[in-house]
Amino acid sequence: MEEVEQTAGERMAGGSSPDSTSSRVSASVNTTLTEKKPEAGPAKLGPVGWARWFWRTLTSMKTALILLFLFALASIPGSIWPQRGVSDAMVVRYFDDSPQLAEWLDRFWLFDVFKAPWFAAIYLLLFLSLIGCVLPRTKAHLRELRKKPPAPPRNLVRLPQHASFESDLTVETAAARLRARRFRVTTGPDWVAGEKGYLRETGNLVFHVALLGLLVAVGMGTLYGYRGNVLVVEGEGFANTVAAYDRYMPGQQVSAESLEPFSFALDDFQATYIASGERRGQPLDFEAKLKVTDAPGAPERDYALKVNDPLEVNGTQTYLIDHGYAPTFKITDGKGQVAFDGPVPCLVAQPANFTSECVIKVPDAQPEQLGLLVAFRPTTVPLNGDWVSVFPGAANPTAQVYGAFAGDLGLKNGRPQSVYELDPASLKKMKPLVMKAEPLAVGKKLDLPGGTGSIEFTGVKEWIALQIAYDPGRMPAFVASTLAVLGLVLSLTVRRRRVWVRVKDAPAEASGGSGHEHDRKHVEVGGLTRTEGSDFSEEFAEIVSVLNPGVKDAR
Amino acid sequence: MPAEVDAGLALLSDQLILATVLLYVFAMIGYALDLGFGRSKVKARAVAEPALVTVGGGTAAAPPASEESSAPAVKAPPAWAMWAGPVAVGLSWLGWAANLGSILTRGLAVGRWPWGNMYEFVVAMCFAAVSAFLFMNLRYRIRFLGAFVMVAATLGLGFSVRYLQVQAGPVVPALNSYWVAIHVSAAIIASGLFIMAGVSGVLYLIRKDTSVRLPSLADLDRVAHRAIVIAFPIWTFAVIAGALWADKAWGRYWGWDPKEVWAFITWIAYAAYLHARATAGFKGKAAMIVQLIAFACLLFNLVGVNIFLGGLHSYAEVPG
Ligand code: HEM
Repeated sequence: MEEVEQTAGERMAGGSSPDSTSSRVSASVNTTLTEKKPEAGPAKLGPVGWARWFWRTLTSMKTALILLFLFALASIPGSIWPQRGVSDAMVVRYFDDSPQLAEWLDRFWLFDVFKAPWFAAIYLLLFLSLIGCVLPRTKAHLRELRKKPPAPPRNLVRLPQHASFESDLTVETAAARLRARRFRVTTGPDWVAGEKGYLRETGNLVFHVALLGLLVAVGMGTLYGYRGNVLVVEGEGFANTVAAYDRYMPGQQVSAESLEPFSFALDDFQATYIASGERRGQPLDFEAKLKVTDAPGAPERDYALKVNDPLEVNGTQTYLIDHGYAPTFKITDGKGQVAFDGPVPCLVAQPANFTSECVIKVPDAQPEQLGLLVAFRPTTVPLNGDWVSVFPGAANPTAQVYGAFAGDLGLKNGRPQSVYELDPASLKKMKPLVMKAEPLAVGKKLDLPGGTGSIEFTGVKEWIALQIAYDPGRMPAFVASTLAVLGLVLSLTVRRRRVWVRVKDAPAEASGGSGHEHDRKHVEVGGLTRTEGSDFSEEFAEIVSVLNPGVKDAR
Repeated sequence: MPAEVDAGLALLSDQLILATVLLYVFAMIGYALDLGFGRSKVKARAVAEPALVTVGGGTAAAPPASEESSAPAVKAPPAWAMWAGPVAVGLSWLGWAANLGSILTRGLAVGRWPWGNMYEFVVAMCFAAVSAFLFMNLRYRIRFLGAFVMVAATLGLGFSVRYLQVQAGPVVPALNSYWVAIHVSAAIIASGLFIMAGVSGVLYLIRKDTSVRLPSLADLDRVAHRAIVIAFPIWTFAVIAGALWADKAWGRYWGWDPKEVWAFITWIAYAAYLHARATAGFKGKAAMIVQLIAFACLLFNLVGVNIFLGGLHSYAEVPG
């Protein structure tokens, strides 16, 4: 976004350089100079005038810089407060811990910073501003590319770089030598003008256009892509339909029919941990063995899903993002009927050793519904009259009922309930049966008091959490950002420079007397670059020595 | 990836890092002696290139405001002082080799890329900063920065040995990917260069006109700018590689995770520096301040985000 208000030609010739020499020269050399300054406040303008003033101000370099800064500043809150869609659980906790503050923060979209209207306003203005400066600059650059380097200024000595020497150099050889150094060259009767480094502006434009492309790609992803989460227990499966998701976040333009119709079953999940030493318990590898069907009727294939290695079906990616235990239970009710039999996915309470908390709701139990709270420990050891898990792998799994209740679970009152939680309001009205039992090993059973039933711990399965995402903007975003880097490198490393050579007949006193031959010429060379912070003198000296071989440094 | 750790090599790595710290400290002393007693840079330059020294800046004129600073510049430096600089450079190269050795042995000991946690990451970053200095010194004669770069590297290494060190071992599955080689290496190289630039920037701001012993403003400005021009594209690349990895690991290429937010902010801040420096009237001190703000964002991202904000980067756990 460098020097947006200036045209390419003006940039390199030193329009706003504080160096008075070069700006004087550029004024005399450059005719494409069009300084666009935001005009001072329009005192009595019509709507058109206002619009023009607004556009000028918006597309000025200063505004772009300010917007860029605002963009960065505006994203800071997004890293301070938890964000919906990134860490929803923490947002919920925030609302629980300080509801009033949370409500106020929410009013300012501080839990949705990157979807906030004020955030959108900043980047839309920024990109409008980008378009406003890229378009005229592209036009100017295209014109520039077709143009010949300008004729030399009258006085080459006034240029920031200059040299002169006596030699038999002709205009033709000077031009040839400059061309050999990949200068674009024009010649006059007694002068040569050379220019190179056009790639700098090309790179700069590519960079800015690529940024625009990136925005479009991101926008495409949010409109036409979708994302969802689902939890799958070993032995179960998933088919990619909206209903199968635990949580489904579609873009505005996504219809339920456009979901890629693949499905898979989870045969087995395996987590490997370090077994001993200081890092005991650290995970080494996760692998989920899937049987994938790419489309209805297609042959089944095996796939080992791992972290960093998503399953891809026609551009829809499935990621392994979490895992946990799903112990299986068989619950018999007061009437002797099996009211529940299957796995219960548990929340991980202590990630280091996978102590997990499980909630079992048994609405089918007769005569009363049952609710159970169970602690699951994969590797259980007794400690001070209590039990703890010491390893995340399931070496000695136990399930401990620490709360069993009979009564109405409150599922019918219409309020949505989390499957991982007993509704606290209903819980108060339920009858406690057991508050802390001994842990059960696999195959063991606990009888609930009062003939209300029994619970048997029948085995251990594991669950995996998957994220399934479709984002049509991925490849375009990748291409755009790659182009942006290439453009950036060009615009940072290439420098635009001009060199002029003027060949005059040597003045009489110089060629006479000291035995010089008659075709000896007086050659003046001048050069300038507008790229700040770059040192042109070294290259200029090289160029001079190429023009005047045999003399090391002509200055 | 093998789960076994070669204990011998791991120990060697730990010893080499201590050797590195010692060598850097000695080098730092050497550079300091060179600055304090060696040939004054300003005087040397004033003789060599009279045209470039602007009178009135206080540098060439060196008014006898403080005797300490001007007196040694007048006298010829003692013979031993002539050696302080070259010896310091030699010591830094030795320290650099020990640092490299430490990183290599750690990598060999655990059979993976040796930047899988905060300790390894900071060690590699200090190594990158010293490398940036030593290699730039080969080309641009920036020995004057040596003392300050060594201070930064020693502090960084000391901090990581004292507070971040964890036993060598395998990484969690999330980090077990070839993207470590691409994304993290780029982040490390860019950070090393940014540290160099940051050191120059700090010096630039605290330097007084009378401190003839310190490098000149123009030199500091040039070093900072060169380092950033190289580092900025590498940084951009690191961020993009991070996005590619995130696309493989987290299910989206960009999701405004705290580290992503701060990588973005840092990127904008350095871009602002480059723009500021290229804009007339905003050069010198103002641009340098922008650079240091960017540097602060960088450091916050490297350290602060891991400690205060958390996020998805699983390497970032700091031992308690
Ligand atoms: C620019 C500042 C950043 C730095 C200094 C940085 C540094 C690191 C480091 C040190 C690792 C750990 C690898 C290892 O130790 O083996 C890492 C991993 C990773 N980075 Fe970055 N990163 C940065 C930004 C980003 C961004 C912007 C993204 C995504 C858009 C990203 C995505 C990732 C991913 C996906 C991983 C591996 C997965 C994981 O750690 O769980 N990083 N990064």
